[in-house]
Amino acid sequence: MDDYMQNERVVSENRDKETFSEYVGEAVFTLVAVLAFTTFVLILAGAPPIDAYYHIFKGSLGSWVKFTHVIKAWIPLTLCSCGLIYTFRIGLWNIGVEGQVVMGAIFTTFALRLGVGSPLSGIYLVFSFLAGITGGAIWALLAGFLKTKGGVHEIFAGLGLNFVAQGMVLWLIFGPWRRPGVASMSGTEIFPSELWLPYISSLRLSPIGLASAFGALILTAAMIRHTRIGLYLKAIGNNPNSAYLFGLKPGRYMLIAMICAGGFAGLAGSMQVSGVYHRLIPSISSNYGYLSLLVVMLANYNVWIAPVIAFFFACLNVGSIQLPMMLQLDSSLSGVIQGTLVLATLAVHAWRRQVRKKGRVRRS
Amino acid sequence: MSEIDLTILFASVIAAAAPILLATLGETITEKSGIINLSLDGTIMLSAMSAFVIALKTDNLFVGFVFAAVVGGLVAAVVAFFSIYLKQNQVAVGFVLTLMTRDLAYFIGSPYSRMQGPQVGPMSIPVLRDIPFLGDVLFQHNLPVYFSMVMIGVVWWYMYKTRLGLRLRSVGENPEASYARGISPNRVQMVYAVCGGLLVGLAGAAFSLCIKPGWGQPQGAEGSGWIALALVIFGGWNPVKAALGAYLFAFLQVMSIYFQGWLPSIPAQVFQVAPFPLMIFILVIVFFAQKESFVRWAEDKPVIRAIIHALYAAAPSALGRRYSEE
Repeated sequence: MDDYMQNERVVSENRDKETFSEYVGEAVFTLVAVLAFTTFVLILAGAPPIDAYYHIFKGSLGSWVKFTHVIKAWIPLTLCSCGLIYTFRIGLWNIGVEGQVVMGAIFTTFALRLGVGSPLSGIYLVFSFLAGITGGAIWALLAGFLKTKGGVHEIFAGLGLNFVAQGMVLWLIFGPWRRPGVASMSGTEIFPSELWLPYISSLRLSPIGLASAFGALILTAAMIRHTRIGLYLKAIGNNPNSAYLFGLKPGRYMLIAMICAGGFAGLAGSMQVSGVYHRLIPSISSNYGYLSLLVVMLANYNVWIAPVIAFFFACLNVGSIQLPMMLQLDSSLSGVIQGTLVLATLAVHAWRRQVRKKGRVRRS
Repeated sequence: MSEIDLTILFASVIAAAAPILLATLGETITEKSGIINLSLDGTIMLSAMSAFVIALKTDNLFVGFVFAAVVGGLVAAVVAFFSIYLKQNQVAVGFVLTLMTRDLAYFIGSPYSRMQGPQVGPMSIPVLRDIPFLGDVLFQHNLPVYFSMVMIGVVWWYMYKTRLGLRLRSVGENPEASYARGISPNRVQMVYAVCGGLLVGLAGAAFSLCIKPGWGQPQGAEGSGWIALALVIFGGWNPVKAALGAYLFAFLQVMSIYFQGWLPSIPAQVFQVAPFPLMIFILVIVFFAQKESFVRWAEDKPVIRAIIHALYAAAPSALGRRYSEE
């Protein structure tokens, strides 16, 4: 019963051979379908579609300041996506990534609170990274143990832990870590600037954050392609039963994959605290965990396509913040576009594959 | 410490359980045919929003309920279509739809948030309401609550006592054999995915038109779809057991309000997230109930053996598997 959702591979790389023009045709068709659906939704909501698209574009790539906001969203999305590459490889649905980001943020806040007033702020910053990574990894490991030892499907385990992590943040903000005087949804007390991640003052962007995202990409690509662990993850993901016969313990590698995923997610949460908000806020994860699941699916589980998709999704997220101000629309439009994009991609790709298959049967 | 009035307690459990119960029954039907509709959480939000907006615009509650059911059926049809005809992973499609339908609900519903709207009024049943205790607990509700109670029996009867129900179960257990017997698994799965979706849609309407009237962000129904999905496992894919699970869950939900009053030192956030670790805990127990070594260990412990026996759950063998009719 524990693996009733598991009997098909999550990662499917066995694409049929398709020519470049076919590929472009598919992409264009998908985009047209998404645009048609989104426009329909906008008309349904009584909004001017062209204006909405214009504001999303201008709000994300219209100026350098907006662009740096996009990069700030791109960093956690890319970090989480890197982590998810490991878990998808082995066939796990790490929905708990959202809670792992939150847990990373909680641990980081804890570490930085210790460093308030200390002259060794640099050491505390490094310590806070490690704490964040540890927090995310612990939370992932918990979901992993529930999966391997407790027989709880990782979707339910992860989801339950997400809600628990979110509850903990609220409790901390309104309880032990509340701001002196007023506890409010605006979060904990802002840290002194020595405990902020160093940033380029003209852009308010942290080079360390950017470097960690690129580092994560390179590390993940190397791990997946060139190490034994990468190979084993893939082998087990493809066929857990035969992997077992080869002496690989699926449970053990599942936990390794979870730790990797949780570590990267925790780092993303850590950056959100020390690099972006400089405090713990209730929506510290900004749903980037859930969104990164869509990123990796749309990237067809490829390490190098994921950051490109993450950039596009970050543009949509940041750009749609303009919608409530400019057109009195809800900013959740970005989620609608992103979800439709993944569904349309899956549908068009599957449909084209079936057409090709039929054509081949007819020819032979 | 406030006194508990048992009549009020049980009556509020019955009322609070209605939406989760409908969603759980719907998902049980869908999963019994072999399809997992993971999109429940988003579907409930979207249909809750649709029900409220339509009922507000037409000033007709019935139209609101019908529309919500159609929305639920449509989302389920998308999941089934992707699985049956496009051979895509049901979990992947369901998850994307969970996020997408919720955002769609927030986007389209935002102009209507915090608006006063129509709401289902109580309707006590004559004669039956005069039964002491039971009358007050069971027969002083509104129509959707009665409907949810009746559906437990209807779904059970349909699944286990009719020919069509046998076909439904056979497709979920062994689509190849069903096909050999002249049943089209594709069509059966499509039909029951949509049937289940209709009930999930009604669950959404039961939230926005009865239990948590109105629409807003957050609406208050967030997370309930996931609870329903877990309750299907808890109930071992049996509608009656799943319904008991839904009532148990509603009981805990209602009790948490009392607990909050009794234990003011524990922050409210703990009670809000308490259902989720509990859900995980129950799933762990359900898992151990299937383990042979554990069952053997419990052999001479009558209480534990009884619990294990009650929680024994076998998923439909073909659940989540893609089947190709060629």
